[in-house]
Amino acid sequence: MATFKIKRYNPEKQAEPYFEDFDLDIPDGATLLDCINLIKWTQDGSLTYRMSCRSAICGSCAVKANGHAVLACQKQAVSLVKDGAVQIEPLGNMKPIKDLVVDFAPFWDKINKVKPYLQTEDTPPQKERTQSPEEFRLIDDTSTCIMCGACYSDCNVLEVDDNFLGPAALAKAQRFVGDSRDSKTLERVTELSEPGGIWDCTHCGECVERCPKPAEPFYRIKEIMTVALEQGVHNNNGARHALSFTKSIKHSGRLNENMIPVESMGYFNFKGLIELIPIGLRMLLKRKIPPIIHKSIDDVQDVKRIFKELDQ
Amino acid sequence: MRAAIEVSKELDVALLTKVYPSRSHSGAAQGGIAAALGNSESDSWEEHMYDTVKGGDFLNDQDAVEEYVKSAPRIIYELEHMGCVFSRTPEGKIAQRSFGGHSKPRACFSADRTGHAILHALHEQLMKQSKTIKIYNEWYMHSLITEGNRCNGVVVSDIRTGAVEVMHAKAVIFCTGGYGRVFKITTNAFASTADGVMAAFDAGVPMEDPEFVQFHPSGLYRQGILFSEAARGEGGYLLNGKGERFMEKYAPSRMELAPRDIVARAEQSEIDEGRGVNGEDYIHLDLRHLGEARIMERLPQIRQLGIDFISVDCVKDPLPIQPTAHYSMGGIPTNKFGQVIVDGEGTKMEGFFAAGECACVSVHGANRLGTNSLLDATVFGERSGKSALEYAKTVDFAKVNEGREKTKVLKLFEDIFQRDGTESYNQIRDEMKVEMMKNCGVFRDDEKLKVCIDNIKKLQSRFKNGKVTDKGKLFNTEIYEIIELGNMLRVAEIIAVAALARNESRGGHYRTDFPKRDDVDFLKHTLVHGSEEGLELKYKPVVITKHQPAERTY
Repeated sequence: MATFKIKRYNPEKQAEPYFEDFDLDIPDGATLLDCINLIKWTQDGSLTYRMSCRSAICGSCAVKANGHAVLACQKQAVSLVKDGAVQIEPLGNMKPIKDLVVDFAPFWDKINKVKPYLQTEDTPPQKERTQSPEEFRLIDDTSTCIMCGACYSDCNVLEVDDNFLGPAALAKAQRFVGDSRDSKTLERVTELSEPGGIWDCTHCGECVERCPKPAEPFYRIKEIMTVALEQGVHNNNGARHALSFTKSIKHSGRLNENMIPVESMGYFNFKGLIELIPIGLRMLLKRKIPPIIHKSIDDVQDVKRIFKELDQ
Repeated sequence: MRAAIEVSKELDVALLTKVYPSRSHSGAAQGGIAAALGNSESDSWEEHMYDTVKGGDFLNDQDAVEEYVKSAPRIIYELEHMGCVFSRTPEGKIAQRSFGGHSKPRACFSADRTGHAILHALHEQLMKQSKTIKIYNEWYMHSLITEGNRCNGVVVSDIRTGAVEVMHAKAVIFCTGGYGRVFKITTNAFASTADGVMAAFDAGVPMEDPEFVQFHPSGLYRQGILFSEAARGEGGYLLNGKGERFMEKYAPSRMELAPRDIVARAEQSEIDEGRGVNGEDYIHLDLRHLGEARIMERLPQIRQLGIDFISVDCVKDPLPIQPTAHYSMGGIPTNKFGQVIVDGEGTKMEGFFAAGECACVSVHGANRLGTNSLLDATVFGERSGKSALEYAKTVDFAKVNEGREKTKVLKLFEDIFQRDGTESYNQIRDEMKVEMMKNCGVFRDDEKLKVCIDNIKKLQSRFKNGKVTDKGKLFNTEIYEIIELGNMLRVAEIIAVAALARNESRGGHYRTDFPKRDDVDFLKHTLVHGSEEGLELKYKPVVITKHQPAERTY
């Protein structure tokens, strides 16, 4: 017997959400979705959630279990029970509509923003465009995305910044940035380098943990970053930050924390640099200023050797 | 979606789905999509046609099959040009693998998620065409609006708000999928519940060949979840409880790659004769000899499904499988242009088109070959879209009595809300699924089917005596599940009645009391009509052009 603590919400009846406990004997091999279905069908028909394929491909049934987004049909229920209970809530970063159903409109709006379709200039050949197995591999993982919203739900950036495109849309963007058949790579990475895009990701890796498929958005975001830098799209804070970071490590083996903010803003970005002054002053008052003279680490030669090998 | 793309070339389209377009069950198709591209071995549309007709046990309409297989390569190239992701040969062409019943490696694929790749490629095109295609997510279609033999729109409701609306349309295309959910063990999604075929049926359109339901040989034990035929296409073995490759006895030349109806029956026979694994009702799908590298390259999703759903890693252990209801060969009768027809004479329901699993053209006859369904959905998606476009350009919107049409649906809601019975809908659904599996499943006979019809009728009357818990309007999934159950109980009866009348065995329909195919009496399509007195059976001839029925051995 396990207790399913399910977050209920029905604004037709009550303005505030609340938790309701349902006790259930988990059948052998039952998934979380099987259990939620059993609760709906045998205990409370009004329990509301989305589901369809129950084989981890349609992406309908993502919910939060014990605080983290999961695809309900993909998880064995027993594996989620802790101290006899499992807590079920709707996905995060989206507005609840009823019980476990949330409003996916912003999610799809952001997918739409990355121009999620192949763009080519040439007229297609009589037969298929060729693409080598190696080129296919570059878009293999991203194309497994099922749009379940698990990554979007648990994204730490989206929690504080609505403007962020989010992991799913960026993974979808990589689907085309990485596609050898697409001809708009430069335009794509330029747009994706703008605020709200790839450089706003904080590299926390939460989306990789939550992704039920091999799509693993953060790795896709990193792939876009690499292409953006290779394509020379450097005129933005994110790219400048990454380049300054690398330069500093390569030069001295440690971060030059005085230079990073300046170089990230850009030497000629006067407005941006002026904005840094109050932060600098506050740091000074709290004695958080790093040493003015930046020293190299003792084994800096080793670091340089690593960079040399990487370059090769 | 393929139909919408076609129509949107000149007109505005409303695309209505009870889920989201990317969540449609086509995405669950794994193994491939057939086309005689000849990328790994020489191939031709003629061979594809013969394989399809033989696989369908000669019940296919061959004029339609010919056009269908001929369009296949162009349809695949178009999908590729749209951006669909395909696995590739070393030269960069679309890779092709072997599949059951196909004499050549003809299945174009994207690892083991081909349906998903196509679905998302089409969805991408919808997003690109958002000016002309408006998507209504999470809306439910209740009924067709017809006047004589002309269709003028649909009555729908918004699942989120419960609001009932009338959608006027010059042309309506149904791509509403199958109804495998009437069976206990099925690969189908919870959404595959016969909404489309029953709405057509209520508008006076008969149902064609409903008795032909395909059981897929490799459903995950107890769950029914699909393990692609690609697993056998890549070289997987089927083993009974004694560890024997039992297909030797049933289809010595094609072995595991015989058509699905034959493999599913072989499995069921092994199980029924006590040779299941550990005497249980499952057998083994063994992939171990393929090795981890090939499994990871070609069948990664299958491996993950095994690990997630039954804790079996197919690299190390065989997977427990059993036959599972998979595909409805029957459905809404259409001609080869996707135009719905209402009788054996080819009379059209003007302005009404259908494509994909909900439709019966019939290109699959009595048994569909693997990888022919994605092809069906895309070829006839395009064709029905073209037909609808041409038709819609020539007509004006008809007058619709909105009040009358809406009232019918509002009454349905009202009726369900008002019921204050003692029956559990869940119980009724479970009993229906067990009944259909037991008495209208892989092996059928006169007695079983009569019991089945009787029991389904009892369930239909118990259905009227249920009670709903959720009486609100907001996102009331319970009420939609009840409406779906109502549709399923009716389609279940239609399947069983047609099966009882077909005193022969052909393709997916097997009668133990009539184990032979009977071309003299039954080389014909069933048409089940609704009438005041109940269901009425009629038949229409099969179109035979190139291939005369021959004995079907593999």
